[in-house]
Amino acid sequence: MMLSVYLVGVGSFMGLILLLTGLILVANKYLADYGECKIRINDAEPLVVEGGSSLLQSLYNNKIFIPSACGGQATCGECRVRVLQGGGEILPTETPFFTRAEVRAGMRLACQVKVRSDVAIEIPEEYLSVQQFQTEVISARKLTYDMAEVRFKLIDPDTIEARPGQYIQIKVPDEESPDGFVFRAYSISSKPSETHEVEVVVRQIPGGKGSTYVHHMKVADKVEITGPYGKFKLNEDPECHLLLVGGGAGMAPMKNLIHHCMETTPQRPVELYFGARSTEDIFYLEEFEALAKEHANFKVVYALSDLKEDSKWKGPTGFIHLHVDKLYHPPEKRQVFLCGPPPMINAVITVLEAKGLAEDEIFYDKF
Amino acid sequence: MSHDVNPLVILVASILTNNILLVYFLGMCSFVAVSKKIETAAGLGAAVIFVLTATTPINWLLNHYFLEDNALAWLVGPHLASKVHLGIFALVFFIAVIAGFVQIVELVVERFSPALYYALGIFLPLITVNCAILGGSLFMVEWKFNFMQSIAYGFGAGAGWALAILVMAGLRKRMRISLVPRGLEGMGITMIVTGVMAMAFMAFNGIVPV
Ligand SMILES: Cc1cc2nc3c(=O)[nH]c(=O)nc-3n(C[C@H](O)[C@H](O)[C@H](O)COP(=O)(O)OP(=O)(O)OC[C@H]3O[C@@H](n4cnc5c(N)ncnc54)[C@H](O)[C@@H]3O)c2cc1C
Ligand code: FES
Repeated sequence: MMLSVYLVGVGSFMGLILLLTGLILVANKYLADYGECKIRINDAEPLVVEGGSSLLQSLYNNKIFIPSACGGQATCGECRVRVLQGGGEILPTETPFFTRAEVRAGMRLACQVKVRSDVAIEIPEEYLSVQQFQTEVISARKLTYDMAEVRFKLIDPDTIEARPGQYIQIKVPDEESPDGFVFRAYSISSKPSETHEVEVVVRQIPGGKGSTYVHHMKVADKVEITGPYGKFKLNEDPECHLLLVGGGAGMAPMKNLIHHCMETTPQRPVELYFGARSTEDIFYLEEFEALAKEHANFKVVYALSDLKEDSKWKGPTGFIHLHVDKLYHPPEKRQVFLCGPPPMINAVITVLEAKGLAEDEIFYDKF
Repeated sequence: MSHDVNPLVILVASILTNNILLVYFLGMCSFVAVSKKIETAAGLGAAVIFVLTATTPINWLLNHYFLEDNALAWLVGPHLASKVHLGIFALVFFIAVIAGFVQIVELVVERFSPALYYALGIFLPLITVNCAILGGSLFMVEWKFNFMQSIAYGFGAGAGWALAILVMAGLRKRMRISLVPRGLEGMGITMIVTGVMAMAFMAFNGIVPV
């Protein structure tokens, strides 16, 4: 008897579950199917896309590459676009990135806008010139225990026109993401004049998708990248003093800028301040010291904040912003670029503001 | 509540005198968490009304035709039905129906109001485990309602819950500018205010004969 209770019980429960599943599938079919939608960009001929994905993703599928440094998690705020029509209301995930005036003007994060109907958007013309490159790894080496330097040779297309200080995005295979991949932003560390190659310097984040992928790259691996991105515009005036302050992975754009300046405007005054924890975190120091010997106008300061007692380090110690405070005297013509972890950047900004620099004179990338 | 009352009376009673939140204190978790803004409170209130109105009668049908003693007579004949008692499965059946409907609500909200979908966040899928919803079905069984009564009760309990969370959201909006003792900010004062509201709702006692 007991058995029939279980059989009837389990049987009717199964029936119920099947019924509910059917109901949800039907609801899903009618509710999650948006059909074909049109995306009009800057008054050009509209693109026809399958509705239901994010604007960022739909544009990517049509080879329009919006910067998306965080890969669509609404944390970087890079994927700003202006939505003129469609797109619905702004989401709570987006509001922290915009002022009220921007919200009224229709600014949105492309990764958060779902394409559900025809939309019209406005994006900076320069995004349209961002390309996707097939590349091959031509060198990969460890700089320290957690930093790797990887160089890609561009294959198709084979030329990139990047400004100094810009970055690229690497397509990282990712089984967890619905699209099968995510993008991660990495600053270009090679010189802009090396138009057939791109080099990046990447710090390993434990468990990080993008950084682990880069750290496991080997020569001859095929990698897809998009770029160039980035708003930084270097002042090319040879008399303009350039202050660079960085830490950790923030070295990448600094290396790019220094080599660019030494190549195009060798007399230009450039100061590099680099903060690290201990001697194990130091890289590129010899290279820069050699450069400083050649160029009297190039000054380099490495400071270690977390020195072990038995260390042989004879150079400066303590946090890097304190050295900036002591050694940097802002000249009339100046430009500042900061790149590194947020606490370091914030500390340096405070120091620079006390020295009379205005907020809009300081350009930074936090990561 | 007794089982021979008019469904309309049940409707009024479940909103006012027997408010599922303020009298039975069911569904407190999302009530406290989502009552900060009126818009989101209204959204969650509407979702709860929908889920309760849909699931209470469906669970009534399940209970009546499968779970009660002798309910299976229509299927397996009176002799066998008197021996098979599926009542022990009631909770599982009820929760399955609730979970299914919450899924549908999620699809609907995501489609028609993405802003609300993000604002409700985890509390939308969590309606599944909102005790007010399961409470609705269990009370309906306990009080031996008929089908019409269960519809009235489902809708009334949902509306009562929505009313309570809306009133709370309105009060909390005002509370933002009042001086609340440090230690009571947020959760603490919300619980106290809920208690006061519950007492205020006692004033409705006696307006319907239940
Ligand atoms: C404009 C721009 C330029 C950049 N340039 C460089 C560059 O030149 N070199 C470089 O190495 N990186 C650079 N980054 C950062 C890089 O894009 C990735 O964010 C970083 O590599 C982590 O990605 P991931 O996929 O490895 O980690 P994820 O899989 O995204 O994250 C894994 C976990 O680590 C945490 N996490 C993420 N970042 C950090 C961090 N910095 N410190 C500690 N924990 C973290 C996350 O919260 C998460 O829990 C740049 C970012 C931007 C926006
Ligand atoms: S906010 Fe980073 S991609 Fe949209």
